[in-house]
Amino acid sequence: MADPMRIRASMQGDKVLVRVLMSHEMETGQRKDESGSVVPAHFIQSVSAVHNGKTVLSAEWGPAVSKNPFLQFQFAGGKLGDKIQIIWTDNKGDTRTDEATVS
Amino acid sequence: MRKGLVAALVVLALGAGSGHARAQSDADTLKGIEKYREALADDNPADLWEARGAELWAARRGPKSSSLAQCDLGKGPGVVKGAYAELPRYFADADRVMDLETRLLHCMVALQGFSAAEATRRTFGNGGSRSDFEALSAFVAAQSKGAKMNVSLEHPKERAAYLLGEQMFFYRGGPHDFACATCHGESNKRIRLQDLPNLTDAKDAQRAYTAWPAYRVSQGELRTMQWRLNDCFRQQRFPQLKFASDTSIALTVFLAHNANGGVFSAPTVKR
Repeated sequence: MADPMRIRASMQGDKVLVRVLMSHEMETGQRKDESGSVVPAHFIQSVSAVHNGKTVLSAEWGPAVSKNPFLQFQFAGGKLGDKIQIIWTDNKGDTRTDEATVS
Repeated sequence: MRKGLVAALVVLALGAGSGHARAQSDADTLKGIEKYREALADDNPADLWEARGAELWAARRGPKSSSLAQCDLGKGPGVVKGAYAELPRYFADADRVMDLETRLLHCMVALQGFSAAEATRRTFGNGGSRSDFEALSAFVAAQSKGAKMNVSLEHPKERAAYLLGEQMFFYRGGPHDFACATCHGESNKRIRLQDLPNLTDAKDAQRAYTAWPAYRVSQGELRTMQWRLNDCFRQQRFPQLKFASDTSIALTVFLAHNANGGVFSAPTVKR
């Protein structure tokens, strides 16, 4: 089970500002280790944000995204106390879901 | 003769002008770098290490199946808040001046029953191989955010450590005849785009010391003072600095005490 994400969600006017810090190696698959063998690719491939059962953001990522990715986005239609879920899945099939409350 | 004098004066004037222009663009470069650092500081990946450190502090581990919750960092067993700002300090139970990582090692051995070899198997993390010291340091440091550096030199061993650290700071050695002071003994110096704090100047010392431990973007890891000193030794082409050695602690005492009065802001984000 991967490390938990740090999610902060706050009201900015009538929109919800969501900031997510994910813990992931985001290995591109291009690097080589000390012995010369390729370090296998291991990166997040898809991210989605769910609010009240509705997907408000979905993303397809590739090896260009850096280690421990930071994602920030805004969406309309949320209010204080609502729950936001962030789900990521990587190329090895690992997945992580975390939740935060809009405060 | 007069033509030469006029020519010389013109060259001087031009030289002074371009010097001023260079100073201006240096200041702009610094501003640009500061802006970049501010942008990075939002959602510092160090938060991930801090969260893991908090878990490690509370988790029952080791042969004694015990947590670190009773570890005394100098302000009483289990008191983490403000502890980093007063480290390094003398600990009577070990009869030794210790910095944070040395003290954590002590508690891992004394409270949790790990052997020193086991506990120091991975002192500096690397991708998948994580270091418990880095996570715990991030956690403990974060609990001193906002506190003023207050390292005491009351105990004779603390004073001795400071003097040894000072000696080390100015000691030239290695194949390049380097001392810490070679890079850090003068103001307004930089290596490429990295400005070098003058660690003998109070303001620079405060600004530098209170920013560690830090998430080093180029390393993709959270790095501690033990790592910072170890890497300085590497850059100077000195022999490898031993983790939790008297030398590492003495240098830390010297740097930390010179930073007294500075407001602690770690964990920060660095290049």
